[in-house]
Formats: sequence, structure tokens, C-alpha cells
Amino acid sequence: MTLPEAPTTALGAGPGFVVELDAYSGPLDLLLHLLREEQLEIADIPIARIADQFLQAIHELGLNQAADYLDMASRLVRLKAQMLLPRNVEDDGWEDPRAELVRRLLEYQQIREIAVWMGRAAERRADALARGYLPLPPELPPPPLALDMLELLQAVERVIAGIPTPVLHRVVARPLDVEGATRRLEDLLDQREQFGWLEALGPRPTIVEVLSTLLALLELAKRGVVRLAQPSPFSPMVIARDTARPAA
Amino acid sequence: MTPLAQLLEAALFSAARPLTAEELSTLDADATLADVRVALEQIREHYDFEQHGVELVELAGGYQILTRPVHAAAIERAQFSVRASKLTAAALETLAVIAYRQPVGRAEIEEIRGVSAGGVLRSLQERGLIEVVGRSETLGRPLLYGTAPMFLELLGLKDLSDLPRAEELTIALHPHRAVNEGDDDAAAYVEAES
Repeated sequence: MTLPEAPTTALGAGPGFVVELDAYSGPLDLLLHLLREEQLEIADIPIARIADQFLQAIHELGLNQAADYLDMASRLVRLKAQMLLPRNVEDDGWEDPRAELVRRLLEYQQIREIAVWMGRAAERRADALARGYLPLPPELPPPPLALDMLELLQAVERVIAGIPTPVLHRVVARPLDVEGATRRLEDLLDQREQFGWLEALGPRPTIVEVLSTLLALLELAKRGVVRLAQPSPFSPMVIARDTARPAA
Repeated sequence: MTPLAQLLEAALFSAARPLTAEELSTLDADATLADVRVALEQIREHYDFEQHGVELVELAGGYQILTRPVHAAAIERAQFSVRASKLTAAALETLAVIAYRQPVGRAEIEEIRGVSAGGVLRSLQERGLIEVVGRSETLGRPLLYGTAPMFLELLGLKDLSDLPRAEELTIALHPHRAVNEGDDDAAAYVEAES
């Protein structure tokens, strides 16, 4: 089945109506069930009627989202249409469009019978126990954790005791000094019309200074004090006094 | 019981799976296959005659000491052992198709059952009931499945010929589709339409 053997889900079914997906092992099974219920011959299926019933059944069962059932539904509707086509009575070449479905149903019915026989055989065999028989491990969720406060605290202590040495981190505050960088850049701008990115940084800049300078530059560019330019890809940035507008 | 019968009994008792006569004959270099079969018969008769709680059962091509079914309920109530879990209808149908059509590909199984078979095939393979026996020569070279020895064990069958024959079924085997009907549904439908 396209739908996993999931627990009973009411796929689009009415409220309070629980669908047993496992009730039918497939569309052929459902079809056989409908035929049996109506006591109809497989060899002479009233397609129009059974197609309508099939559609109704998969709707009620909420199976109308399962691809396998939809596939069968579309085949039935197509057959229904084919049966409605007028045909020449003398036409010997006419083939009953239902033949394929009938063959599949008979074949499936036979498989069902074998499956039932095999199920009984397995039942009988299960009555005889072998030595050293290991049942498959039951797929149960782990039992719920039950412990009192003392046990919990003891467990915490054990965990803490297991830590070799307390690892402490000292967090050093290194605030970005954007104001300072801005002042430095403005001093540089007073001296020179333009300068490079490396000059703006000064000798041996720390990572904090690099970040501060970058932020200050962006801020100055935003205020229209400087123009930032990069002559070619990956070349150092050129910082120039923005002459178009007066400095702020 | 003869010393050989005792040896075989011990071996069968120790094993958790059916042992074949060939396997059992390796226990004693002097014992022929015929000797083993005679000894096995002796064990079986001993269990039956003395009305033991266990019996010697022939299954999956070998022999296994199993408890008599009459005791199953009591043993299970006491939780000394657990019955094998039941197979779902989908699993049984898929096994049926494979048992009768093997080697068989997934497409044919799905065609017969009218549902996709991927999940069922995987779980049957995980339970060791079926195995990949080859690849089809057709387009895409799909895997072909067949039943595994565990299948016979689970059903308590000696071999595949223990399965009901087609003519024993109440629904007679329908003659296979006519040649002119085409090889798949699509072809058949197109023909019907034209």
C-alpha cells in the first residue's frame, strides 16, 4: 500500500469515523469484497454499478488519497465509459473490456486463498515451539524513567565528579571603538585628499581595530564624508574626501 | 536407543534450527546417510511411543525437535516462550505470489496484488523469509525474489511441494492471459479502446 501500515487514521473521513486501513489489503481486495457483498459473479461484473460503489467506498473509508485505490478507481471509471460505447452486435472482434479486470480478480482471489492457507499453516507451526527459539525483541519504547529527587541529585553529582577539571572561560570585553576610529580617519582626511585602506588601519592593527575602522569608514561613507572606491577587483580600497558634498 | 540415535538427539536438542540429514551425518564419520535416517526414525518412534512432550518434526528440508502443539497454550501462558508473531494479510499475499511465481520481480507482485509492494518486500527480507535470487534480463534488470528456507520453517513445510497445488484450490487456476492481449495493462487498455 502506498499508505504505510500506519495506525488507523481518518484520512478525510467524517468525524468520529475511524478507518481501519488494514481492513483491505488493496483495491482488488475491496473490489472482491464489494462483489461478494452484492453476490455478483466475477465473470459478469456490472461495471457501472461497481464503479460507483467503489468510488463511494474509498470515499467513505478515506482511502481516496491512496494512490493504489485511485488507480483502480480511474480504471473502473474508464471501463464504465467503454461499456457505454455502442457496439456492433455482429462484430466478432469485439473484446470485452472487462476481460483484463476479470482475469486480475480471479488471479488475485487465488492468491488470497493461498495466503489464507499459508496463514493457517503458520498458525499451526507457531503452536510447536522449538528449543532455543528467540522471539524477536519486542519493539516497545523504553520504560518511563522513574527516580526520586535523591537519585537525580546523586546522578548529577556523579556527572560533575566525572568532569576532570573545571573548565572556566573568562570573557574579555573588547568593545569596538568606532568613535576612536572615526576620529583617526577624520584626522587623516584633514591631512590628505585620499589614502588607502592599509594606511587607514595604521601599523599592526588588531582585529578589533580592523573592525572598528571598517565600521567607521562605512559610517563616514553613509554620512557623505568620504567616497570608497576599489579600482579593480581585489585591489585595496581607496578612501577619498567627498568633494561633491561639504564635510559634515 | 542406539549410540548414534543418542548423538543425533543431543545435536538436534542443541540446535535452534532444523538440521538436515547431511548435516547430521557429519557428527559421526562412520555413519552413512542411511544410518542417520534409521536413527532419526528411531528417535521419532521413541518420542511417539513413550508419549514425550516433544516430537521430531521434518521441516524446511531438515529435522527439528519441537514441542507438541497441545502444550503451546500452557507454555505461552507461563511466558516460558512466545509464539512467532502473525504475518499480516499483505505479507501473506506477497509471500503467496513469491512462493508460486518465483523467481519473481516486484512489478509482477504489484500487478497481481494491485498495490505497491516495496515496504512489504523489505520487511519480508528483514525477517529472512524471502531473498533476492537474481536479476531479470528485462529492461532495468529488476531484482527477482524467491522464498528463503526460513519461509518453510515458519509455515512448517518440508519443502515447497507441500504447498497446495493449483488444482487443489477451490478456484481453479485461470488460464493465463491470451497472447494477443499484450504484456501489460496499458497495452491491453489501448487495444480495448481502439
